[in-house]
Amino acid sequence: MLAQRLFSPSVFRSFRAVLVLAFVLPALSACGFNTIPTAEEQAKAAWSEVLNQYQRRADLIPNLVETVKGYAAHEREVLQSVVEARAKATQTTLSPEGLEDPEAFRAFQESQAGLTGALSRLLAVVENYPDLKANQNFLALQAQLEGTENRIAVARRDYIEAVRVYNTSLRTFPSLLWANFWFTDNEPFQNFTVAEDKIEVPTVDFGTQQGG
Amino acid sequence: MTAIASFLRSKVAAAGDDSQSPPLWGRCPAGQRGATSSAGLTLMAILAILLFLPLAALAAELPALTGRVVDNADLMSAAEEAGLTEKLAAFEGKSSDQIVVATIDSLDGEAIEPFANRLFRAWRLGQAGEDNGILVVVAKSDRKMRIEVGYGLEGTLTDLHSKLIIENTMVPAFRAGDFAAGISGAVDDIIMVLEGNAAELEARAERNQETGDEFPDLVVVLFVIVWGTLFFGGFAIAFLAPIFGKKLGPGRYRWLGMNVSFGGGSSGGGYSGGSSGGGWSSGSSGGGGFSGGGGSSGGGGSSGSW
Repeated sequence: MLAQRLFSPSVFRSFRAVLVLAFVLPALSACGFNTIPTAEEQAKAAWSEVLNQYQRRADLIPNLVETVKGYAAHEREVLQSVVEARAKATQTTLSPEGLEDPEAFRAFQESQAGLTGALSRLLAVVENYPDLKANQNFLALQAQLEGTENRIAVARRDYIEAVRVYNTSLRTFPSLLWANFWFTDNEPFQNFTVAEDKIEVPTVDFGTQQGG
Repeated sequence: MTAIASFLRSKVAAAGDDSQSPPLWGRCPAGQRGATSSAGLTLMAILAILLFLPLAALAAELPALTGRVVDNADLMSAAEEAGLTEKLAAFEGKSSDQIVVATIDSLDGEAIEPFANRLFRAWRLGQAGEDNGILVVVAKSDRKMRIEVGYGLEGTLTDLHSKLIIENTMVPAFRAGDFAAGISGAVDDIIMVLEGNAAELEARAERNQETGDEFPDLVVVLFVIVWGTLFFGGFAIAFLAPIFGKKLGPGRYRWLGMNVSFGGGSSGGGYSGGSSGGGWSSGSSGGGGFSGGGGSSGGGGSSGSW
């Protein structure tokens, strides 16, 4: 009979071994094996979102520059600096694999901050052109740019939090043990140090520009 | 009068005696030392709290989600609030999109964008996985407003739409002092924009209806039944055979035509029975109060001031 065989001593014992295994294996994950990879993947996903939003901003800029050019063609210097900063920002990429590299991270941060600075200079100059400010296309671009800047801020905040969790998991007990014995290649990720708009303060110029 | 004065004098003298006579120190050494160290601890705790106070003060406290209209700044009358709530509930019934209006007195120095995002995420507006929530925030004393749009509606209610609604509907009404008209006009505009994309709207409503009422998958049900029978059936036989079965010998029972024999002396683990098999947790949104559906926002939308 099935039940007889099921509960005969040897089968029952091996059944018990299987039961113990079934309970111990999940317990292994409960004692923190999964903590580090989970936090790492979360931080990488948060970084992808940061990149996504920066890319969105970079995509908006050519349109913006074209629109401004139509009204303020002689603001060549400012327009040129935006175009250059954009080129630099799109060239300086940082894949999630490079997040452990402080130099690469700093370079990325600086290039994006350069673009932020150039953009805010452009928007400050635009204040001098009432026609441009009333232009529907420009208004649309401005609303999108504002939205994108805000999304960048949110994405950066999420990334900062995800990296905090990941870096903490590498340095605190008990996940520290896993970091030392298993995930020995894992390094703490770099994080944003200064608020981006604080790095380069835009100079507001009230229509007294020379050599334009 | 004199009695009080003399009493006081005697008290002061006693106090002076206490502080001057050295043997007194020895009388309560441990207690006093304990008292000073605990006082030091309290002081440190207070200092620590003071240290963190500015941090806490920088972020305005999040209001509680009491309904679809959380009018903490009292910008609307009760009737206007009820009408707006009804409109929003009807729209959610039709489209599954959650629109919530929140008014607050002050942002306490925080910018409105991070505040609105925090509030949106704390309230989890929109359906889970769909992220189709919209939060309209008005900060009265800061004279600022924001329409925060969930991930899922960013394509329909674009930043430009939000900006236009704020500039053309809310700002003029707010400047005229008619907050209720501004807010309900903005809600009308938002609903209009969302309804403008009718095909998308219907598809979204349908998707969320399905996940709401549909039975769990047949495969899941079958799996749970089979698994439950195997798992709990084994235990049931082990427990029930000795109770209901006929005893054949030491550790051997006959029940329902099956011979059940137990190995060593120890009789299975002490499993308390009565667990209720499968039991998948039912979806949320139980009756009664209003709650967010689990959506999130990535900072879409637009802000303005009046």
